Amino acid sequence: MTRALLPLLGVTVAVLFAASLMIGPAGLAPVQALSALIRGDALAETLVMREIRLPRAILAVLVGAALGLAGAALQGYLRNPLAEPGLIGVSGSAALGAVLALQSGFAALHVLALPGAALLGAVLAVLVILALAGPRGGSITLILAGIAVSALAGALTSLVLNLSPNPFAASEIVFWMMGSLQDRSMTHVWLAVPFIALGAMVLLAQGRKFDALTLGEDAAASMGVHLGRLRLALVLGVASMVGAATAVAGAIGFVGLVVPHILRPLVGAQPSRLLPASALGGAVLVLMADIAVRVILPTRDLKLGVLTAIVGAPLFLHLIYKTRAQGL
Amino acid sequence: MSGLALTDFSVARGPCDVLQGLSLQLGAGECVGLLGPNGAGKTTLMRAALGLMAHRGGSSLSALPLAERAKTVAWLPQAREIAWPVTVETLIALGRLPHLGAGMKPGAQDQAAIDSAISRMGLEAFRTRVATQLSGGEQARVLIARALAQDTPMLMVDEPAAGLDPAHQITLMEVLAAEARAGRMVLGSMHDLGLAARYCTRVVVLWRGGIAADGPPAQVLTPELLARVFQIRAHIADGPDGPILQPVGVV
Amino acid sequence: MILAEPGQLISISRISHDPNVSVMLEEARRYPINYGQGEEVFRLSPDLVLAGAFTSSYTVGLLRRLGVEVAQLPIANSLDAIPGNIREVGLLLGREVEAEVVVAQFEADLASLRADRDRATRAALHYANNYTSGENSLAHEILTAAGFANIAAEAGLSGGGTLAMERLVMLMPDLVISGQPYPGASRSEEVLRHPAMEVLRDRHAAHALADAEWVCGTPAVLRAIARLVDLHEGGS
Repeated sequence: MTRALLPLLGVTVAVLFAASLMIGPAGLAPVQALSALIRGDALAETLVMREIRLPRAILAVLVGAALGLAGAALQGYLRNPLAEPGLIGVSGSAALGAVLALQSGFAALHVLALPGAALLGAVLAVLVILALAGPRGGSITLILAGIAVSALAGALTSLVLNLSPNPFAASEIVFWMMGSLQDRSMTHVWLAVPFIALGAMVLLAQGRKFDALTLGEDAAASMGVHLGRLRLALVLGVASMVGAATAVAGAIGFVGLVVPHILRPLVGAQPSRLLPASALGGAVLVLMADIAVRVILPTRDLKLGVLTAIVGAPLFLHLIYKTRAQGL
Repeated sequence: MSGLALTDFSVARGPCDVLQGLSLQLGAGECVGLLGPNGAGKTTLMRAALGLMAHRGGSSLSALPLAERAKTVAWLPQAREIAWPVTVETLIALGRLPHLGAGMKPGAQDQAAIDSAISRMGLEAFRTRVATQLSGGEQARVLIARALAQDTPMLMVDEPAAGLDPAHQITLMEVLAAEARAGRMVLGSMHDLGLAARYCTRVVVLWRGGIAADGPPAQVLTPELLARVFQIRAHIADGPDGPILQPVGVV
Repeated sequence: MILAEPGQLISISRISHDPNVSVMLEEARRYPINYGQGEEVFRLSPDLVLAGAFTSSYTVGLLRRLGVEVAQLPIANSLDAIPGNIREVGLLLGREVEAEVVVAQFEADLASLRADRDRATRAALHYANNYTSGENSLAHEILTAAGFANIAAEAGLSGGGTLAMERLVMLMPDLVISGQPYPGASRSEEVLRHPAMEVLRDRHAAHALADAEWVCGTPAVLRAIARLVDLHEGGS
């Protein structure tokens, strides 16, 4: 079972990716859609496939992988299954960074300004959380610190958008807080790819160190783990992935909570094996959510975060109950 | 390099020194019991010597680079932390991490070290069990096996016997003594003076920031020292199975 | 502002000073603005308040309870509704004669612009959030008056609403008329610059912006129609 997990998840991602390409209001027949995508033989169909559906499906994979992997890494470092980029305010702070860059005009100066600002927001949030929650990331402090950081980031995001001269900006508060992949383009894909790829490489390389942390910081350090460097890698890796994902798709919560929780028993709870599995699992979850929003309400832009929260929040409550029962 | 050398070694906690200017030489083949009342600085001495805490003065271990140190000394912290529900074998295999290069998979030599650690701690029946579901004493034995699997010339353990039943306490001390006889240096803090008296080749007594006594148990654990440092009276005798030291009252 | 006697108008809505939606910006700058809040409007002690159908019913109710006369004008959803609105404002301001002049001028201009055309060129109105206007809307009438077929009507949309970008692309409009972007950034307006829309825009030499002149039922819509007619004749 555990050996076949990664290939199985990979196949699921591929199937859902294909399904995501096939679903949309234009109602293209699958054969027609595929031929338009690959051969580019019909102008309208090709535009729909290459410029609208393809970037959407690619972003679902990228964003999902980023959130799943970031969640698994944060949990591995803090040794706490409640750590999740959305819940502890990392996504919210990344959204604040992105909104500030957009509304100040800073984002227009350079292509990397938008993801860069989101990354900076995420870095600050991770640092605050690590400073408050301490090395062992106790559940109570982690959740309380997360509530505070999320609330502040959310309030400031709303403030900035309300102050914008653009009449549409204020109505986009919900996008930044719930996330959506509607009408994204290849530009967004190129914006997110380098940051997410870099973050993934950094975090996947830390797998064994997270394993060693299973025994606590002292034991890990005595086994040759440089804790300072690991912390730096975690901050940069998580911020880079969550920052880029949030800059293009808004803050989508609970992915980093639900996915590692479901996959942990399947990888024998080993943090190093959970990392790649959670990246694929995150892609599966976001692809499914993005297909669902199009099937449930095809004409409206239902936010992805609504679905992930409906699945994730009850699980979160269950986890709080469980950790409380264990007296953590 | 198969010993621990501390020279003019001091550790501060806040404004005051917990350990002050002590020197200590421990060599291969020694099974050393680190004794002292609560708060004497036993854990502090070992953590600082390992480079896990800031200190002044010399420590031959903390002077080593991190990766080198991990191949030289295995450390069992007092806090028995197992964060995730991994299997016993997976947990013990973590001890092999210092020996694995980047991207390297555990080989036959690693598996042999893991198997040997499992058999020395009598954990064969637990191999596939989930570590977090074991009892406290069983978890303690699994964690000791993890340290043994690291297969280093030096072994430092912080209160390894705490929480073990009498049979496992004796088994553990026999394992540690055997490790020392096999040429390793073993340093363990402990509160059970009887176990220290019977199994250690040498005991170091910490008291008031320095070393109150250092030497073979029979010479160090005198009624006078027990009264002065530990404030106890003890029944001390030589039995057929070795020395017996049983605290009997408070001074 | 077109109808009022000098001094008759004492304050105007703040949006008249917004270059994105005001068609008489220059004239509007000469009047003080208000933010449509009951208290500030009452302090001006006007004899009459002209409000739109979407003005907050609480504000309107408050002003009426305070004894201020409030007239609510309906939103013009068609070109034919415009003369009615002009006449009503004329009546309320006691400027019926001037209103008739404006109406006559409007109807004559409209008739001259509204020549018979084949409506073979298909245009798409594309605003922020993929909003567009179908049948029974002023924008639709502006389009058709200028001789274009409206893609949104083809898609069966009535009134304002959203048309998914995929469906808009599949309908392959000959001309894309985009909403004018506001200052400051918004994600809603990002769709206006989406690569797929850029490709559609590139298919037609001309392009157009739907701006302030499209929004309200005033004689200014004629300028929008006139520009579209130029586009139609230049493009085909």
